[in-house]
Amino acid sequence: MKPILNRPAGLTEAAFHYCPGCTHGIIHRITAEVMEELEILDRAVGVAPVGCAVLAYNYFNCDMLQAAHGRAPAVATGIKRARGEAVVFTYQGDGDLAAIGTAETVHAAARGENITVIFVNNAIYGMTGGQMAPTSLPGQVTQTTPYGRDTAAAGYPIRVCEMLATLEGTAYAARVSVDTPKNAAAAKAAVKRAFQNQLDGAGFSIVEILSTCPTNWGLSPVDALAWLRDNLLPYYPLGVYRDCKKEAAV
Amino acid sequence: MEKLMLKGNEAIAEAAITAGCLHFFGYPITPQTEVAAYMARKLPKIGGVYLQAESEVAAINMVIGAAAAGVRVMTSSSSPGISLKSEGLSYLSGCDLPAVIVNIQRGGPGLGGIQPSQSDYFQATRGSGHGDYHLIVLAPGTVQEIVDLTRRAFDLADKYRVGVMLLGDGVLGQMMEPAVIGEYTPAVPAKPWALTGASGRPKNIVNSLYLDPEELERTNFERFRKYEQIRRDEVLFEEYQTEDADLVLVGYGAPGRICRNAVAAARAEGLRAGLFRPVTLYPFPSEALKKLAERAKRFISVEMSMGQMVDDVRLAIECRRPVDTCLRTGGVIHTPAEILEKIRACAKEEGLI
Ligand SMILES: Cc1ncc(C[n+]2csc(CCOP(=O)(O)OP(=O)(O)O)c2C)c(N)n1
Ligand code: SF4
Repeated sequence: MKPILNRPAGLTEAAFHYCPGCTHGIIHRITAEVMEELEILDRAVGVAPVGCAVLAYNYFNCDMLQAAHGRAPAVATGIKRARGEAVVFTYQGDGDLAAIGTAETVHAAARGENITVIFVNNAIYGMTGGQMAPTSLPGQVTQTTPYGRDTAAAGYPIRVCEMLATLEGTAYAARVSVDTPKNAAAAKAAVKRAFQNQLDGAGFSIVEILSTCPTNWGLSPVDALAWLRDNLLPYYPLGVYRDCKKEAAV
Repeated sequence: MEKLMLKGNEAIAEAAITAGCLHFFGYPITPQTEVAAYMARKLPKIGGVYLQAESEVAAINMVIGAAAAGVRVMTSSSSPGISLKSEGLSYLSGCDLPAVIVNIQRGGPGLGGIQPSQSDYFQATRGSGHGDYHLIVLAPGTVQEIVDLTRRAFDLADKYRVGVMLLGDGVLGQMMEPAVIGEYTPAVPAKPWALTGASGRPKNIVNSLYLDPEELERTNFERFRKYEQIRRDEVLFEEYQTEDADLVLVGYGAPGRICRNAVAAARAEGLRAGLFRPVTLYPFPSEALKKLAERAKRFISVEMSMGQMVDDVRLAIECRRPVDTCLRTGGVIHTPAEILEKIRACAKEEGLI
């Protein structure tokens, strides 16, 4: 048999623990492929979050650290400031990045910290069993919003790329999705850009990737992709929200 | 060697730099201000990194990142800030990373005050975050000792891959005294575990997660074997007129200094008083104190807190002798006279006068 897809050098042999149909796996693969293509695996240092991707330190084939919940951008800052030649990235969920770690995220961006952030937005807390996330949609049913997210009581979702795009320190902020092969290809291009920016010394680069959580959304993998398209895409439009290189070129 | 007039807080910063610490992450708070200000002035000029973080939470996580990347790194704060760093200190310890943490204590609880205090003794010696871990805790009593212990802190951190806390108080931080900085060769071991990029070697992982209970238990046992060695090999203390003492004061930091005067005054009255000054608070010098209990009649724990170290004194002497306390708190500093008064009262109760 001829393998259709080889495992990228950026991934170890360890088998993913992600649920069937979860797009965390695709996002890992994209990140790994980009690191391989940019030939940075021997100087990459990744920071894993607390969340479903907590074991990412076992999956990425480069030096890895497992940070406290939400603190990955601060840890990445310490690594990058100590070892400027390293290519430092964080991989974080929405609870990690936009709730408990909001301060660390915003200030790493404000400082223009020269790191790359892979932000997986699945609009829910996956690991802890499906609670409301800062990105859960109005009306979305979760374990802790059993009657739907009531914005009068639970407030509104945070659009991270739009928020960070207001900061001078943000070099690049793009929202992508991996729900179709075409979108996945665009996602990979954005991730590559976010790493290339770091190599070019451009500053803080974040790629927000809309992702599924079939398990906690209570949907089959196929229905989860449809739900993402029907609900997340309208609320979280894909696009580039800030691109300092483009601005410089204009 | 040349003696310099140095403020305690500045001595910490200068000593750290001479120990090879070129990375500092902090968040402003009184009364440690001069540590950070000194670093902000010096580090950028010598190729180092000073970074003012958005919070103490972020600062300690930056320390974690830099320590994991293999460099000597320090953060400095005061009581409320150390509370915020506690999460990070737990992760630092769970990851076996070396770093130096300064706490120039102020009064609490809550926002408390900004005057000197020792009410973070429990927080420092018990490991303030979650889980089974300790920091080595060093408590200097003079500016010279600040210099020496700051350097030692970095060497100990690297030797054992632990967090080392330099525990001071506002008195020590603000005090000016002559001290010798002098030459010093830091003892930096190789760090093959550091995250430097996996070039020419298998990948490294810095981690505190162990989903298998047996494995987590094993790592905790291993870490505590390390603490055992530290308890055996790294205990520091100073004794003053304890050889024949009936009454032994136990005090560290600023009260440790004031106790000296009280002991001298008591001796002038014919009372056989002495001072035992712990320099390492973790490991606590229990053995040496226990030995004193063979002869001494009574111990007096002198603390700027509601009485925290007194527990360690009682544990050390296994409650064989009465232990009194002489306590000020909230930022109030003992006078030698009130300590002397306490010595007299204890002497009376022991039938010595
Ligand atoms: C300080 C702290 N608070 C809470 C938790 C529990 N916790 C673990 S993962 C998680 C949420 C993760 O959700 P998200 O970041 O959205 O990632 P996902 O699991 O969806 O990929 C929480 C609250 C923790 N580990 N630490
Ligand atoms: S719980 Fe959700 S986010 Fe986590 S692995 Fe399963 S599907 Fe993916």
